[in-house]
Amino acid sequence: MTREGLRALLSHWRRNPLQAFTLVAGLALATALWSGVQAINAEARASYDAAAATLGEGRFAQIVDSDGGEIPMDTFVELRRSGWLASPVIEGRLNGVRIVGLDPLTAPGGLGPVNLDSGTEVGTFLGGEGQVFGQTEALDAIGDLGPERVADPDVAPMTVVTDISVARELLGRDGANRLILSPDQPMGRPELSEIAPGLSLRPAQGGTDVARLTDSFHLNLTAFGFLSFAVGLFIVHGAIGLAFEQRRPMVRTLRAVGMPLNRLVWLMAVELLGISLLAGLIGVALGYVIAAALLPDVAATLSGLYGAQVSGTLELRPVWWLAGLGISVLGTAAASTAALRDIARMPILASARPRAWAMRQAGGRWLRIGGAAGLVALAAVLVAVTEGLAPSFAALGALLVGAALALPLVLDACLALAARGARSAQAEWFWADTRQQLPGLSLALMALLLAMAANVGVSTMVSSFRLTFTGFLDQRLAAELYVTAEDEAQAERITEVLSPEVRAILPVQWVERDVAGLPAEIYGNRDDATYRENWVFLEAREGAWETVFAGEGAVINEQLYRRAGLSLGDEIAVGPGTRLPVVGVVGDYGNPIGQVIVAEPLFQRLYPEVTAQRYGLRTDRPQEIRDLLREDLGLPEGQIVDQSSIKAFSLQVFERTFTVTGALNVLTLTVAGFAILMSLLTLAALRLPQLAPVWALGLTRKRLGGLEMIRAVMLALLTTLAALPLGLALAWILLARVNVAAFGWRLPMYLFPADYAVLAGFAVLAATLAALWPARRLARTPPGELLKVFSNER
Amino acid sequence: MNARWLIPALWPGLALAQGFAGLGTDSEGYATPTPDSEFTFPADHGAHPGFRIEWWYVTATLEAADGTPMGAQWTLFRTAMAPGGAAEAQVWMGHAAVTTPDEHYVSERLSRGGLGTAGVETEPFDAWIDEWRMWGPSFDDLRLAASAPDFAYDLSLEAQGPLIFHGEDGYSVKSSEGQASYYYSQPAYAVEGTVTLPEGRVEVTGEAWLDREWSSQPLSENQEGWDWFSLSLGEAKVMGFRLRGTEGGSYTSATWIEDGATAYPDGAFTAEPLATATVAEREIPVRWRVTLPDRGLDVEVEALNPQAWMSTSFPYWEGPVSVTGSHEGRGYLEMTGYE
Repeated sequence: MTREGLRALLSHWRRNPLQAFTLVAGLALATALWSGVQAINAEARASYDAAAATLGEGRFAQIVDSDGGEIPMDTFVELRRSGWLASPVIEGRLNGVRIVGLDPLTAPGGLGPVNLDSGTEVGTFLGGEGQVFGQTEALDAIGDLGPERVADPDVAPMTVVTDISVARELLGRDGANRLILSPDQPMGRPELSEIAPGLSLRPAQGGTDVARLTDSFHLNLTAFGFLSFAVGLFIVHGAIGLAFEQRRPMVRTLRAVGMPLNRLVWLMAVELLGISLLAGLIGVALGYVIAAALLPDVAATLSGLYGAQVSGTLELRPVWWLAGLGISVLGTAAASTAALRDIARMPILASARPRAWAMRQAGGRWLRIGGAAGLVALAAVLVAVTEGLAPSFAALGALLVGAALALPLVLDACLALAARGARSAQAEWFWADTRQQLPGLSLALMALLLAMAANVGVSTMVSSFRLTFTGFLDQRLAAELYVTAEDEAQAERITEVLSPEVRAILPVQWVERDVAGLPAEIYGNRDDATYRENWVFLEAREGAWETVFAGEGAVINEQLYRRAGLSLGDEIAVGPGTRLPVVGVVGDYGNPIGQVIVAEPLFQRLYPEVTAQRYGLRTDRPQEIRDLLREDLGLPEGQIVDQSSIKAFSLQVFERTFTVTGALNVLTLTVAGFAILMSLLTLAALRLPQLAPVWALGLTRKRLGGLEMIRAVMLALLTTLAALPLGLALAWILLARVNVAAFGWRLPMYLFPADYAVLAGFAVLAATLAALWPARRLARTPPGELLKVFSNER
Repeated sequence: MNARWLIPALWPGLALAQGFAGLGTDSEGYATPTPDSEFTFPADHGAHPGFRIEWWYVTATLEAADGTPMGAQWTLFRTAMAPGGAAEAQVWMGHAAVTTPDEHYVSERLSRGGLGTAGVETEPFDAWIDEWRMWGPSFDDLRLAASAPDFAYDLSLEAQGPLIFHGEDGYSVKSSEGQASYYYSQPAYAVEGTVTLPEGRVEVTGEAWLDREWSSQPLSENQEGWDWFSLSLGEAKVMGFRLRGTEGGSYTSATWIEDGATAYPDGAFTAEPLATATVAEREIPVRWRVTLPDRGLDVEVEALNPQAWMSTSFPYWEGPVSVTGSHEGRGYLEMTGYE
């Protein structure tokens, strides 16, 4: 009996392959986007964890210099000898690779992933030329520097781990950047301030800095994934509901021949579980493909915007594919509970009412009005009174869901208005029929609304960003040529030869240092009109550059300004024992960390060991200078870069960073188009009884098909128009709220009507494509099918 | 990387064939002890970086004011990663422990050479790793301090007699194949000071034994570990060790200290396990019969706390013992190489 019951149930899908396809495809797409996003997030988190394990960041308390400087080894020895169990870490960059020097003898247990177990003696790590451990990519990038290179996949991306003695030599440094404290300290140690007054204690933190910084980005991705999943669930809910409604006669028959109700419901649940697992598997596989395609861009985004290194290759982690299957099953359960409950409560002889079912989907008009108004109001309140990332996203969510709920009401009102203007009977029928069809289509249209609004919002953000960013590049890359010297001697020669030839030589020199407790770069800029003419302050005191070049003030970037909560006039430590007031704030886009600009003479006094090897050259004859550098000084082409190519490169990096969001947008729009297609196809079969009389009255099938097309396009257009203000509201929240929390800078919002027109075109195109097939089918319905409407009850 | 397992690599071994703590591995390029050398003090109290391994080893049998017996250990090891004696090639390791009848507290420190976090100076004497320290105006007048999260001690040591040289004037043979080390001791320090335990600070008195030993390959390849006794028997003291061979045999050596030192060759001293205890998932002898018939010594030696396990990078057993039988007294027992 069970077997027969199951066969009968499954036969429904065989007879309605399209419905089966809708269900599986909808669920698979939803799962794919969701699990794809999760895969990317999981990969990134794994990379952060590897970084944290390599560097001990966050897990252990640390000792740092209060002014952000180096900690001399003598201080380290003094601390150890007074009972502070600290371990030095020396960090720096070489050939774009982060070098981390550890002392394996004093480092707290479990620090760093370097696996010396594989037959390597620690003597090799500690002594002689030493060893560097890292991923192949990082080892290739640093090149052959002397120490043996050992591949180790557990080291953070673009990082190598080595002994402190090797790191000191490679980086040409003496002191440690920080000291990591062992969690078990002996009794009776003196206070830190008694031994080393200039040092301060940084307690252990739960997570890593970079993980917290990138949280917003991952929340962003997750929000997109969830949006897609919700859209997918609309589809699934529709497909399952309809299938159950259509199978009522079958249920009636099965129960009439003696199948117990319990078993029947149980069988249907098993059937759904099977379908959801199948769809989940397809979805996870698709998700992997999506994630693998997007990951390199995500990695670029994370490294470009946050300086976080994420591995560009995807690993199949059980966490996310299990989660993908789980969410597929849970989603199906959520979408089918109501349908199963209806079956369980159905009187044994009830008949199928698919049309009535479709109409009921719209139900609860007042509930909707109340819900929509409540959610939009909630969004407004959140934006008005709160700040920060979580409330901003909550406001986004409330606004989107509220708008989606309101959409059928708005559309219905528009259609009612249009119907008043109808002159002919045909027009009146068209409007009335469209209104009647609205409930069945509303879920698909909501999906379109959300996708379109997201598209408008994100494209506004990206375009505003691009506009601001290009402007910023024009300011920042004011010099016509940039030249890099190989060593100090060459640097001196370049300065000597070029001094009489160019208008100005602007050295690019900086040190990495903590400022106001945040990682930052301190630049020593030469007094030149370039800065006064080109750099635009977001906020500044009168005569800011004069103060800076007098060595009496510092200019900082917006990231540092916002993250450290500084104001103009606040003093910051720019070097050992030197504090300067902040006199200006400049916008700085595409740079993850803080920047401080001080005058060159002051910089040289504070950091005599730093010499500039990169110079910006101001000249009216870039080509001649270029030739001079190449021919007279023998500089290879690679060491001379002109402004335009740097700009092109910077823009390219920037473009890559937003490919991810763009791709997710396109995918969301695709899902929405798919939802429209499926709704139209489903409705087409149900609507024959309504169309047959119209056909019988003389409207040709071709004309009917044409009207179907017009209806679909019109509804899509109306939805798109409704999506525009929603998208702009979204963009405003993204730019003014989410961006500040996520990136540390606020962007001015610009409007791009042409872009929106193109987007609207795409949305209408998607709807048109989706409507094309159902309309063609209608136009080709055999007259016999239409006649049958009058001959029997179908 | 987990620092723990680095140590087996540093002191490569624990593999049976190589003997305990790598003491049986290759010594090529290092200086080796010779029978007819003379010690120069205080220079020889300091480090000998040309040799592969070396230690400063203090064990103290103590008594709290209320009569509770205790033991304290302070050890500084030096090992060279490469021959040549460069400061940077040295790795230092410190072990400290306090044993009471019920508890055994252990701590360990590691340090590279050449930085200043560990080292030994001779005038005035100062041996240290981190804040652990043994120092004083001379080798006869020392202070000993160590601390850990759960214990600490600060003891003063005053020598009651001269240094004792084991084997042939300090040339101590460790196997029938001729492996040897330089080995001398100060067997009789009077001790006074404080021990801090989680319960609080305790005033203690007692006596201590200091061992100085350095070599490049003191163990033969077929020796897996040793049992070392230093016993204080009223007027007399005895140091005896038994090096266990991988094939069941053993090599013993002893020094009887009573108005000067008498060295005894292989076979004169015997040590036979009477009972074992399960310690750190292995069976370890904690009661022994120890004899030196030439001196009429026939005693039972029993651990004060059978669980005196040194859970350090290379683990071993080390703790205070009581002596009964032909002689009465107390002392220290060290056992290595029990797997």
